Amino acid sequence: MYGNAYVDPENKIVNSITANEDPIKLAEFESRIAAGNKIEPMDWMPAEYKKQLVRMIEQHAHSEIIGALPEGTWITRAPGFRRKLALMAKVQDEIGHGQLLYSAAETLGKSREAMTNDLITGKSKYSNVFNYPAKTWADSAVIAWLIDAGAIVNQLANSKGSYGPYCRALDRICAEESFHLKYGHDNVVFLATGTPVQRAMVQDALNRWWEPIMHFFGPPDKESIHTATLMRWKVKMGSNDDMRNMFLDMYVPKIWDLGLTLPDPNLHKNEETGRWEYTEPNWEVFKQVINGNGPCNKERLAVRRKAEENGRWVRKALAKPTEKYVTPLS
Amino acid sequence: MNIVSIDPRVTRSHIDENTQEGIANPMEHFQTYEVFEQKKRGTHHIHVGSVHAPSAEMAMIFAKEQYSRRGQCVNLWVVKTADVFATEYEDSDIFDTISDKTYREPEAYKVIDRIQAFKERQKAN
Repeated sequence: MYGNAYVDPENKIVNSITANEDPIKLAEFESRIAAGNKIEPMDWMPAEYKKQLVRMIEQHAHSEIIGALPEGTWITRAPGFRRKLALMAKVQDEIGHGQLLYSAAETLGKSREAMTNDLITGKSKYSNVFNYPAKTWADSAVIAWLIDAGAIVNQLANSKGSYGPYCRALDRICAEESFHLKYGHDNVVFLATGTPVQRAMVQDALNRWWEPIMHFFGPPDKESIHTATLMRWKVKMGSNDDMRNMFLDMYVPKIWDLGLTLPDPNLHKNEETGRWEYTEPNWEVFKQVINGNGPCNKERLAVRRKAEENGRWVRKALAKPTEKYVTPLS
Repeated sequence: MNIVSIDPRVTRSHIDENTQEGIANPMEHFQTYEVFEQKKRGTHHIHVGSVHAPSAEMAMIFAKEQYSRRGQCVNLWVVKTADVFATEYEDSDIFDTISDKTYREPEAYKVIDRIQAFKERQKAN
């Protein structure tokens, strides 16, 4: 991978990524990744690698924390004690995943407080899908099954990435998510094989969540040198369209199998190419929601702010002014 | 205006939708502790990650919730990150074994040939 250390002065994008990097260290770094080795926090790394990883892991952590809110909506009214216990356990898992991911991001030098502040001031993003309301119990079932399924597709791919602490966190997370998926599927199947009212309820939830689910994997990637570099550095492990396709391949047949429909008449698998074809979801809506104008953005951030504020007196009472912060090791 | 949500817990909290509260101060979330987990008696404790906590006792509570919520665990350690003295990856050549130290490796000791030769000599006598 030596060739990549060379910076073409004509190429503005590559230039901006690696221009100020030591070419020898960069070559060593790239050959370590190419050989399938992991990068650890104390290793030398290009500034852009660090920046993109912090952004990605932090967004992932925020998504786990905010993602607990739409599902948490139904804890108080879960149908039956067993489902209530299971939902509480799932929501607790998600918060735990947030903690694991924040710790991984911190190894790159950004403090927990700075990440929290960037979340509540709207500076950093989280998964768009959590800016939609969970209107009925069936919504919580669809989230637990299909949003978690989408997350697992992404997370399994990312766990093969190059940054050690992120991979280790993801291995732990994926193991726990398999319960979420089963729990969600069980809930959807229960409704889909139930009374006509229950079937209508889950179909309605599916109709409402389909566009956010298609948005979940992000807009089609532009073929850019920036993307290519991030792929070579194993920061990005596949294109958004590849991830979406993998998800459709695994879950659309399972949805149809229950006699449920999806609100896209063009959705089908092209048997020749092996790829799914569909109507592009409205990316303008995606942009609107990610920029703060979704149905629940305001509520999600306000709730998060309030939680932080409500915990402050406890933290103050426990604080020891003599303690110093040291970046976590791995 | 307070937020009215389909989550009754949110509505009950009377949260101003334009609240500016919640900004965290530096160190407000405390220092970190490194967590070591032992899965089974007789095995090593293995490092599994870190937690933020104001004391070792609190770190232990968080570590238990975060790292031993699932699966087997028989023992946990927490150690202040600041108290861990670690090597640098850049210096990993210090672990290389140089050739003239093979006397420390088990493979350096080959006695079978000598024993065989000895036995044959004995027979010949």
